[in-house]
Amino acid sequence: MRVTRKYRFSASHRLHAPGLSQRENSELYGKCNNPYGHGHNYEIEVSVRGLVDARSGRVVDPRVLDWFIEQRVIQRFHQKNLNAESEAFQDRVPTTENLACEIYRQLKARWQSVFPGESASLEKVRIAETPRNIFEVSETNGQY
Amino acid sequence: MLITKRVEFSASHICRNPLLSDRENEELFGAAANPHGHGHNYVLEVTLEGQPDPVTGMVIDLKKLKEIVNREVVEPYDHRFLNYEVPPFDRVVPTPENIALDVWKRLSPQLSKNGCRLHGVRVYETPDLYVDYFGEPA
Repeated sequence: MRVTRKYRFSASHRLHAPGLSQRENSELYGKCNNPYGHGHNYEIEVSVRGLVDARSGRVVDPRVLDWFIEQRVIQRFHQKNLNAESEAFQDRVPTTENLACEIYRQLKARWQSVFPGESASLEKVRIAETPRNIFEVSETNGQY
Repeated sequence: MLITKRVEFSASHICRNPLLSDRENEELFGAAANPHGHGHNYVLEVTLEGQPDPVTGMVIDLKKLKEIVNREVVEPYDHRFLNYEVPPFDRVVPTPENIALDVWKRLSPQLSKNGCRLHGVRVYETPDLYVDYFGEPA
């Protein structure tokens, strides 16, 4: 059984690769390279796979999942400038590919301590940067 | 090929395990254990797997699919208090996980009778919380 919970945050970013010249960045990222940055309403889906606990009828307690996401995602990124305020993007471009990998890694690293001894495991993280651009990271679809 | 039919139903429920005390239920479910119950607009997506019939060009007649889903799920669930009116939720906590399991049990044999294989069910309790079940051991 897979349970998916959706969350939202709004943040700004600028796509600019430090290893490239200004002209190359401008050509590569176009409007996304605007030096003042720009923002998105991100929507993130966190999917958890596990067995249904007979006592609670649940795979995962949504209150604990909500708390975890609040701590590890919302507080870090909501109403923030990803380039200026996130340590994760000091040496990486804050594309939503990189953001999805960062969130997946963060959640994966702390999963066992938040859900000790439970069958529930993190299956995937899916982020919509806009309703038309969507990125998904899971254990099986590549490096994160 | 996969085809998906989406339906909606509205129902009330209490997240309460009848084998536990009020206090244990309160700890386990928080506000969702409110003894008066509360409700949701559920959305159910039923996904079938099959090949289009060479003559009709259809995997299943969508009228037939709608009739089965309405008869087996929407009519018994819609505008009901699940814990009191819809077995097995007198014994089983009506979480979206358990609703997905029950929907699978209701639909899978009926669809098989009509030559279709149920691929998966998705139950949205709210637009921000949904479960997917594909018939695996749960």
